[in-house]
Amino acid sequence: MATLEIRDLHVSVDTENDTKEILKGVNLTVRSGETHAIMGPNGSGKSTLAYSIAGHPKYAVTSGTVTLDGEDVLAMSVDERARAGLFLAMQYPVEVPGVTVTNFLRTAKTAVSGEAPKLRTWTKDVKAAMAELRMDNDFAERGVNEGFSGGEKKRHEILQLELLEPKIAILDETDSGLDVDALRIVSEGVNRAQGKDNTGVLLITHYTRILRYIKPDFVHVFVDGKVAEEGGPELAERLEEEGYDRFLAARV
Amino acid sequence: MLNSLLTSSPKTHIDPAAQLAAVPEKSRAERTASFDVADFPMPHGREEDWRFTPVDRLTGLLADEPTDEGAMTVEVSDSSVIAPPLAAGEGVRGTALIPGDRASALAHAHSRKALHLLLAADTEYAEPVRVQVRGAQGKRSNGHVVIEAGANAHALVILEHTGSGEHTANVEVVVGDGAHLTVVSVQQWADDAIHLAQHEALVGRDATYRHIAVTLGGAIVRINANVKYAGPGADATLLGVYFADAHQHLEHRTYIDHNAPRCKSLVTYKGALQGDGAHSVWVGDVLIGAEAEGTDTYELNRNLVLTDGARADSVPNLEIETGDIAGAGHASSTGRFDDEQLFYLQARGIPEHEARRLVVRGFFADVINKIGVPDVVDPLMAAIDEELAVGDTA
Ligand SMILES: Nc1ncnc2c1ncn2[C@@H]1O[C@H](COP(=O)(O)OP(=O)(O)O)[C@@H](O)[C@H]1O
Ligand SMILES: [Mg+2]
Repeated sequence: MATLEIRDLHVSVDTENDTKEILKGVNLTVRSGETHAIMGPNGSGKSTLAYSIAGHPKYAVTSGTVTLDGEDVLAMSVDERARAGLFLAMQYPVEVPGVTVTNFLRTAKTAVSGEAPKLRTWTKDVKAAMAELRMDNDFAERGVNEGFSGGEKKRHEILQLELLEPKIAILDETDSGLDVDALRIVSEGVNRAQGKDNTGVLLITHYTRILRYIKPDFVHVFVDGKVAEEGGPELAERLEEEGYDRFLAARV
Repeated sequence: MLNSLLTSSPKTHIDPAAQLAAVPEKSRAERTASFDVADFPMPHGREEDWRFTPVDRLTGLLADEPTDEGAMTVEVSDSSVIAPPLAAGEGVRGTALIPGDRASALAHAHSRKALHLLLAADTEYAEPVRVQVRGAQGKRSNGHVVIEAGANAHALVILEHTGSGEHTANVEVVVGDGAHLTVVSVQQWADDAIHLAQHEALVGRDATYRHIAVTLGGAIVRINANVKYAGPGADATLLGVYFADAHQHLEHRTYIDHNAPRCKSLVTYKGALQGDGAHSVWVGDVLIGAEAEGTDTYELNRNLVLTDGARADSVPNLEIETGDIAGAGHASSTGRFDDEQLFYLQARGIPEHEARRLVVRGFFADVINKIGVPDVVDPLMAAIDEELAVGDTA
């Protein structure tokens, strides 16, 4: 049983001329097995929240806390956070030319589990997970995200989710840029991971369509750097009909 | 002579080489090539072929001086390939290499007898021939080596440079028809060594020649790796890997003279730089002559700058004098280490130093795969890891 707790989180970034506050007091608790959807308009700070939890150096936490099972996440380096059990599926996965997917996955698995995986079962696991995500075998020998299409990059993120078995996974717009088939395949991957490892999932999305495949227990509407409204799955349905206008209008 | 009309007074002495330097060259083919040291005045640093090099630190080595006693030891792993040494103009010496700069002219002029490695025709050498060159500190040498591969020979020759001192060196390579020859030159000198070299190959009909430069150590290392063809259908590949640390000047110049029809060439050089004053230079010249129809050539240089204060110069030049070519292209780029790549790998639990190592290894991966020879690749990767470890603690 793992708990990610975010308390009154304030985050800013340095822009050309000054510092800009993006997160303005975020409160959120995600436990093992739970699925939380964070929904919000573009520019509301969803990716900033994801990156801040993962420890991207561009984002400065000015106040608030993030803990995983009581441990201070903000005091950890990026790799320590991942080894503690956090995972971020990125909105824009990065290309790392020349580093093969095979080598990358093995190195990452070794790092998070503290020992090299047994070669035989590992190779089999990777193959099986790739097959379920409809990823061709030759991806294994390609460079990490090198020349991957948008959809391929997203599948590769979910492949890592399944293989690295984190306690808490943050998925940042994993649905964007996917056609219906890919959306279903990727969603099944997330559900598999959750079913197998009882992963806590923080699903960040702009649209409701992924919620047809991944059922949220909680929905948080994210506006202007904080949670504006919270509820159950019915809140997502309401957003589907009304959009974000109601929240955006309230701001002016 | 037209020249005399330009001479304003009978006393005025016009140095043809100096005049050449003042005028920008129109074609690579116009550059001076000569066995005579006097044809190459001391460079001042504005010449096209010296403009990146710290010539002020070369006045000692570029002085017209013989080799010091005990300046260098040379060991050859397979004595069966050592043929009687060659004087200037003897055997194939001078057929492939005509000095193209002062360093090379000195290397030639002060090598009365050149070491001659002869790889027998129609013979496949299972083991690499290793030539271990070790320089002595505080001494200078001038050297000339001739590597001759007979028709249809298959061989790998590895030149390993270690130690110290200041050295001019020629490596003259004659690749017989149908032969497959790979020449690897590893520069792993001590921090204070200076090495100015010209490696020039004449590649026979339907032969395959590969030249691989691996430059990791030395204060100033400059290698001019050149190729021309003795007949059609030949294939030349020039590969290079370098890693420049603080205050190292590592320079590689490649020149492919496509002077025969239907030949191929591929140049791939990749380098990483770290530390204050680390400087790398790559200049890749390709000349496709009027007679070289059906030529296929591609040259690429990429540099990865790991820290502030390092500088990479990269200059590709492609001259084409025929309309009938199969392919000709070049690419050159210099990029900074990408912190987003580091973040991505770290976000998967991989510690920073290991992530950095992965990114750099990844950067070199394609040229390493092209090199393909475990005897070269394994120690090279270990050496790169070591360089990075030095960078980590610096
Ligand atoms: N590195 C940055 N520099 C300047 N502004 C940024 C930076 N990152 C994000 N922002 C700004 O912060 C706001 C929130 O961005 P983001 O977190 O990407 O939103 P979302 O993911 O909800 O679309 C936007 O106005 C964006 O322009
Ligand atoms: Mg976003």
